[in-house]
Amino acid sequence: MIDRENHMAYAEGMEAIDSDLLEKVGAGLARYDYRRYKGGDVERALGREKLCIEDYGAILSPAAADYLEQLAARAAGETRKHFGNSVQLFTPLYIANYCENYCVYCGFNCWNRIHRGKLSLEEIEEELRAIAATGLREILLLTGESRRQSGVEYIGEAVELASRYFSTVGIEIYPLNTDEYAYLHGRGADFVCVYQETYNTDKYGQVHLQGPKRVYPYRFHAQERALLGGMRGVAFGALLGLDDFRKDAFAVGLHAYLLQQKYPHAEISFSTPRLRPYINNAANNANDVHERQLLQVILAYRLFMPFAGITISTRERAGFRDHVIGMAATKISAGVRVGVGGHQAEKKGDEQFEIADPRSVREVHQMIVGRGLQPVYTDYVRV
Amino acid sequence: MDDQLVIGGHKFQSRLILGSGKFSLELIQAVIEHGEVGMITLALRRANIRGQENILDYIPAGITLLPNTSGARNADEAVRIARLAREIGCGDFIKLEVIHDSKYLLPDNYETVKATEILAKEGFIVMPYMYPDLNVARALAAAGAASVMPLGAPIGSNKGLCTKEFIRILVEEIELPIIVDAGIGRPSQACEAMEMGVAAVMCNTAIATAGNVARMACAFKQAVGAGRAAYLAGLGRVLDGRAEASSPLTGFLEE
Repeated sequence: MIDRENHMAYAEGMEAIDSDLLEKVGAGLARYDYRRYKGGDVERALGREKLCIEDYGAILSPAAADYLEQLAARAAGETRKHFGNSVQLFTPLYIANYCENYCVYCGFNCWNRIHRGKLSLEEIEEELRAIAATGLREILLLTGESRRQSGVEYIGEAVELASRYFSTVGIEIYPLNTDEYAYLHGRGADFVCVYQETYNTDKYGQVHLQGPKRVYPYRFHAQERALLGGMRGVAFGALLGLDDFRKDAFAVGLHAYLLQQKYPHAEISFSTPRLRPYINNAANNANDVHERQLLQVILAYRLFMPFAGITISTRERAGFRDHVIGMAATKISAGVRVGVGGHQAEKKGDEQFEIADPRSVREVHQMIVGRGLQPVYTDYVRV
Repeated sequence: MDDQLVIGGHKFQSRLILGSGKFSLELIQAVIEHGEVGMITLALRRANIRGQENILDYIPAGITLLPNTSGARNADEAVRIARLAREIGCGDFIKLEVIHDSKYLLPDNYETVKATEILAKEGFIVMPYMYPDLNVARALAAAGAASVMPLGAPIGSNKGLCTKEFIRILVEEIELPIIVDAGIGRPSQACEAMEMGVAAVMCNTAIATAGNVARMACAFKQAVGAGRAAYLAGLGRVLDGRAEASSPLTGFLEE
């Protein structure tokens, strides 16, 4: 049972690993006060060859907003140094949208009356075939968070099917125990995305009201369990704008940094979903994440962890995505459908959110080439 | 003068090896031509066989493929990637990379020796990427490596020959060709490495991220050639700027 009172308590069946990362990230976050940084702190950070955690705090601060162009120039150099001209292409495939969580901000939440659906294995294979025909070799399989409707074995079947068509299979599903990650790794998945949404534990409890997702520490340790289960890479992210985006972005970076220190082989990547500000409220809320703020966060990720991948979402408009690749982002989705299925047949479930960049794989490919960059369809060999 | 690079019994006119991982593929041919490159690396994980943007489709005939084991975290993975490379027709050369660190991409010397032993026995021409350590270089030679590829600086850093003194020791002590693999950021650094007596240099980021990649490839070709010529000519003595009496300590013998 989920403890309705204490969202920091594990529920039955949730594996608790021996890790001090939650305490370390929490302590770092508690110390982080972005209001104390001045322009000189940002300049000092920009002057360093490698940024320390303190520098990272400075470039995420409001003071760094005046240095966006310098941050971008530095980020572009780091991106070229570490990734050259390469930009990886992938697409997500939603195989189910049933969800047992009540997250007040999410369209998939269990109280929202949307069209729910789940693809059969035959339908999944049809979708996979259709996506593979576009030339893509990397896929991200997604479900809503329902163990009852989309169990681990169902996901395992989907992963195995996907691995026949794609060289790289990632999953963005509900957090699992280590042995379950090992099971999915054995069936062909190598990369795991889990977003903490917010690292403010109080806020987390206020917006995750029901379901397994309410348990903060179980979600927090998901990436570490994934690595212990043999996964090769893990992705981090906060839903920027849900709480104080600067603090959440700081925590995301710190979380990833500490995990990579503990597991040096882990491939680290960031995603940058955001809650879009209401247009008529644009100037009022310091937590609002407009494109300038989003770009500052993306650039900060790049400068703090220059070797990490950064994925730019189809939630962002084409013009923003086109400029961010090469400068900081290294991976871009294309040909995206966010309903359940919909690549081959009629979609079977409603969308989680609206996409802002509906371009096909071909169109995104041409855009990448047009910017003097190299589309990369496969960058992984499973052995 | 016949001055060829010989690796595993194969002869190469060029001493510039091209890494391909950071390039726009359509530029590779021009780089090969302007750099007169004889050997190019190929990350198997980028080989999109029968798919789009397959690097193999962009590499002209006549150049030697040097598949690498990029992505391998241990000896076992490296061996399996090498075997896959051979299966898809990439030949017997293998640039062995075993990296257990996603931040600095530093090679794991211990696992590299293990993989070299296995692959050399299977007939591969093994060119291992390594941190310049004399003991490890000797172990690689004993395990059957065809060359030794020490890093000059971390991959992509363009910092040049940070490990210069250690590479110099390898040049002095190891009979195999020593090829500087990572860190070379500008032609002058490539020239300096060649002057030291390394057999070849490998370049990727420095050319791939240049303003004009073809011209930079040409500049590297010339730098490598100049450095090699200087090495063969025998560098003259370099004074530290002070005048020097002809025999300040032993002159008394002539008195």
